Amino acid sequence: MNWLADTLTSSIGKKWLMALTGLSFCVFLFTHLAGNLTLYGGRAAFNAYAEQLHSLGALLLVAELGLLLFALIHVVTGLTLFLQNLKARPVRYQVNKSGGGRTIGSATMPYTGLLLLLFVVFHLINFSFVDKTGTTIYDIVTQAFADPLYVLLYVAAMIVAAIHVSHGLWSAFQTIGANHLKYMPAIRILSILFALVVACGFGFLPIYLLISA
Amino acid sequence: MSTQHLNLTLKVWRQKGPADKGRFDTLQVRDISPDMSFLEMLDVVNEQLTLEGKAPIAFDHDCREGICGMCGAVVNGRPHGALKGTTLCQLHMRHFENGDVIAIEPFRAMAFKVIKDLAVDRSAFDQIIQAGGYISVNAGGAADANAIPVPQDRAELAMDAAQCIGCGACVAACPNASAMLFVSAKLSQMALLPQGRPEAARRAIAMVRAMDRMGFGNCSNETECEAECPKEINITNIARLNREYFKAGFGSAVK
Ligand code: FES
Repeated sequence: MNWLADTLTSSIGKKWLMALTGLSFCVFLFTHLAGNLTLYGGRAAFNAYAEQLHSLGALLLVAELGLLLFALIHVVTGLTLFLQNLKARPVRYQVNKSGGGRTIGSATMPYTGLLLLLFVVFHLINFSFVDKTGTTIYDIVTQAFADPLYVLLYVAAMIVAAIHVSHGLWSAFQTIGANHLKYMPAIRILSILFALVVACGFGFLPIYLLISA
Repeated sequence: MSTQHLNLTLKVWRQKGPADKGRFDTLQVRDISPDMSFLEMLDVVNEQLTLEGKAPIAFDHDCREGICGMCGAVVNGRPHGALKGTTLCQLHMRHFENGDVIAIEPFRAMAFKVIKDLAVDRSAFDQIIQAGGYISVNAGGAADANAIPVPQDRAELAMDAAQCIGCGACVAACPNASAMLFVSAKLSQMALLPQGRPEAARRAIAMVRAMDRMGFGNCSNETECEAECPKEINITNIARLNREYFKAGFGSAVK
């Protein structure tokens, strides 16, 4: 099995790990957003969605553990790549200028990534590992977003997420080799669209809850 | 386009040898013809330095017609200067203005050691080619030129990849000092043709391993390489390298 370790720990292998875990997070974001949209339906709709989700039982646990494992792989591999890349240019340029290839997304990947990690921990503490006795998830969520500070923080986090996926999505396609001259414009546009969906889809929810509170 | 001669301020990286820390030297140069190439401008500066009894600036060059890949420096933060699709030897002084301040640095990467001033050791590229950037041709009678059919569009793609002159601007431009564009071009020119297929898996693995061993960074699809490549090699070659490496890693018997 040495060949497997050699393949996965090579530069391209590590990028596959980033791409595959990253793509699964994109799928997760999509389903998470679809679920969250029930918030527009009010208390009953959102609580029913949450109950339905939790009735999945073991299946949900497997999905959560899977996401945790993927997150570990994504963060550890990402940090390794970041440090290796710093080492690959020990003497920096005095004059740094872009030839026009980089985007805000691509240039900030490690930083937006770390911010998102912090956000995910914060988010889980807020709404997942919270005492739900005598209340419902809808009440917890609406109470949280009655506070403008929370709204601001969540909207900012979603902008960071959008910047991250604006590079991450097309980059993942490129890394798994699903790109050639014909696809290139399409996957870049898809990436921007997905970033917009993330920013607007998730970002408007807290604002809506604040206004309707 | 001006025909007026240029007076310039050069901030040139001077480094006595690989162990030296290096520093920027500021030089005033006068009366540079806009018809000169960037390297000819450096020739004039070197003549002046030699007459003053100072060491001339060491820089790499050979063909001076944009085909050998020997020249290259980072000019005002851009490998081979700001002009698109041009090597440093083909960059003419008419693209600069009188009074410009021009910063000139060597290509910087852990895998590219500075030998002296702007001259950089790019033998890491040679080692990648030695690892697998070739096809094995058994000796014997010359094969008939058209015995193996190659579709025109494939041949074009292979030729586009084969344009790579191995100058190292992709590494210099990459924020991660990754050599993926170079390796992908050198692999693609063969992977795209039937003559390259028999050794495709072994080649992909050997070249990627050599690249990693040399200490180049990891590609994060910043696409700065494509923007700065004097031969405008496309990054879809990198996608092909990723595919070929996957096929080799999981779909072949090569370890
Ligand atoms: S000297 Fe040959 S490419 Fe510039």
